Amino acid sequence: MDLAYTPRQKAFREEVRAWLAANLPREPLASYDTREGFEQHREWERKLFDARLSMVIWPEALGGRGCDLIEWLIFEEEYYGAGAPMRVNQNGQLLLGPTLIEFGTEAQKARFLPRMASSEDMWAQGWSEPNAGSDMAAITSKAILSADGTHYVVNGQKTWSTRASFADWLFGLFRSDPGSSRHHGLSYLAVPLDAPGVTIRPIQALNGKQAFAEIFFDDVKVPVENRIGDEGQGWHVAMATAGFERGLLLRSPARFQYTARKLVELYKANREVADRDPSIRDAVIEAWTGTEAYALSAYHTVGRLAKGARIGAEASTNKIYWSELDLKMHETAMRILGPFAELTGDAPEAVEAARWLDGFLFAQAGPIYAGTNEIQRNIIAERMLGLPK
Amino acid sequence: MDFTFTDDQLTFREAVSRFLMTEAAPERLREIWDTDTGRSPELRKNIAEQGLTALSVPEDCGGLGMDDVAWALMTQELGYYALPDSLADAAYVAAGLITALPAGTASREEWLARIAEGSIRIAVGHPVNPLVADANPANLLLLADGDAVHAVPREQVEVEANPSIDLSRRLARVRWTPATATLIADGETGRALWAQTLNRGVLSAAGQLLGLAQRMLDLSVDYVAQRKQFGKPIGSFQAVKHHLADVATKIEFAKPVLYRAAYALAHGEAGADARVSHAKLACGEAAWLAARHGIQVHGAMGYTWEVDLQMFMKRAWALDASWGDRGFHKARVANAILVEGAALGPGQTFEE
Repeated sequence: MDLAYTPRQKAFREEVRAWLAANLPREPLASYDTREGFEQHREWERKLFDARLSMVIWPEALGGRGCDLIEWLIFEEEYYGAGAPMRVNQNGQLLLGPTLIEFGTEAQKARFLPRMASSEDMWAQGWSEPNAGSDMAAITSKAILSADGTHYVVNGQKTWSTRASFADWLFGLFRSDPGSSRHHGLSYLAVPLDAPGVTIRPIQALNGKQAFAEIFFDDVKVPVENRIGDEGQGWHVAMATAGFERGLLLRSPARFQYTARKLVELYKANREVADRDPSIRDAVIEAWTGTEAYALSAYHTVGRLAKGARIGAEASTNKIYWSELDLKMHETAMRILGPFAELTGDAPEAVEAARWLDGFLFAQAGPIYAGTNEIQRNIIAERMLGLPK
Repeated sequence: MDFTFTDDQLTFREAVSRFLMTEAAPERLREIWDTDTGRSPELRKNIAEQGLTALSVPEDCGGLGMDDVAWALMTQELGYYALPDSLADAAYVAAGLITALPAGTASREEWLARIAEGSIRIAVGHPVNPLVADANPANLLLLADGDAVHAVPREQVEVEANPSIDLSRRLARVRWTPATATLIADGETGRALWAQTLNRGVLSAAGQLLGLAQRMLDLSVDYVAQRKQFGKPIGSFQAVKHHLADVATKIEFAKPVLYRAAYALAHGEAGADARVSHAKLACGEAAWLAARHGIQVHGAMGYTWEVDLQMFMKRAWALDASWGDRGFHKARVANAILVEGAALGPGQTFEE
């Protein structure tokens, strides 16, 4: 155990810090759940990419910088520590990206990854269906291979697809063997959302914005070279994607440490009011202990990965941990803000309160998306503790 | 930057675990619980023969000079087996205090040599603990008179036993009169010694709590996998699974906090107090939840003397408030994060 950063790691931190100081947008970007904000974020992502700071852990040839995981954690610390915008292309960059690196052909990597890193292509997920949410193996959307074997014909419906109203591509699972059931006979496809036969219907989230959408496929032709992994092996590929999602990469600790810092500041600025309820102070202390524990766990995991360890079902503890932590921190902020907490961004007196409200609304989804926390608890019990099904 | 253990450290932990598995098996614990002293000279002898009493004594005093980080692994094993001996207090906490005395002070070298060979029992009467653990069987007591540190022979103190729910904790009210003959440090030196001793005591309790949490989880997993109701193992029921998944999650996120605290202590970091208190809070919460859910999933059997769970549960309840209760440790964390200019947020997890 040696907890000093190497000179190379320190130099990288300095470089990222300096670049952010010089390039951060002066005004906060509009919400990426609106068309205008989405395009502002695309521009910002392009700027990051040009500085080779978009996907720092990807190989250089694929638009990355070849950083190791410790350097990735450093990047995230600097990025969120500076209050930089949330990443808009997370579904592509953090979920499909690693999947392609592991399962994609060389041609697919070259075709998709650099454009994903620059956010020229924005990606949406196509997992859930109206009757296949937590029970994902119940997927019924079909992708039937044409007689000449050149393309799939896709029919069916996906739902809860984040930012699909604005995205360019969708990746997801489709039943390619019509006689199959459960997790057999599924294939993993990349589908262009401007293809004929694709219809997108936005779904308004709690905040009234187009945070997600449902997508209908009506005889959509998808070339066979858009299949990731082997025919019928989609479940296997998707499980790896789900692993990335629940694990470390989707929610870096820095993001929550930043929230904890803001919460401490909010508490200090409103202490006179907040201390009327002594449990608020307690919750503020727990924001720090909780986020530190999450960060320490990330460093511990990264160290073990570097030594060749495989991280298994314990990744599911991550998902529960960050989603509940985020919710708790935002609940605490709402309690500190009291009667101002209900104000939306249009309210002249909202100031900082509206950002906490946005965060609070988003935090409600944390224990639901990426596999509900109930499902994660089952996974922990069955695969980590070995309890019977 | 490498926040993991070396293979040597992990091998050492494994060896300690194998040794305690037989030496401190639940049957042995029950036997020792039943004795008047609550202590087994034979167990102590075997511990000493394994070299465990010598671990944190400096090499020039006959010890192995092991640091706090390795102790963080060791204390988890002491907790996992609920060792009925004050090994951690003597060989780690007291040894640390005595090591920190200037060379040549009183009997410093002699005490350290005797700790290493396991021939002396030292009890630590830190002011944060109202009662002294193991005062009765001790040969020597380190006691506080304000900031002053006294090393008092057992025969010079009056001891009144205060039985604990955990029969292997032997607590006592100690009455004594400070004298110049027993004074080993005072003033600023004394204050610093008690501060360092507190952190060692807290880290040791935290590590044991984490080990206890893991043991209670393991016992519960075994139990629910074999106990059947409605024709199925109760471990197949979602409500039972979720209780145990929550315990596993608490443990998972307490571990690195303990390790970070041990490192902070070993390297004398400025923020060590808050790190150590954080570890005690995290490990205490894990153990508390493991006990609560453990007894729940054991059903009525969990409420009996017969199942082993009770021994670990009682130790967890006891240790949770020893070396500072949660309020004490929350206050120490608050002192670090709610003050002006506190280093918070991304990039502050490790000191530059």
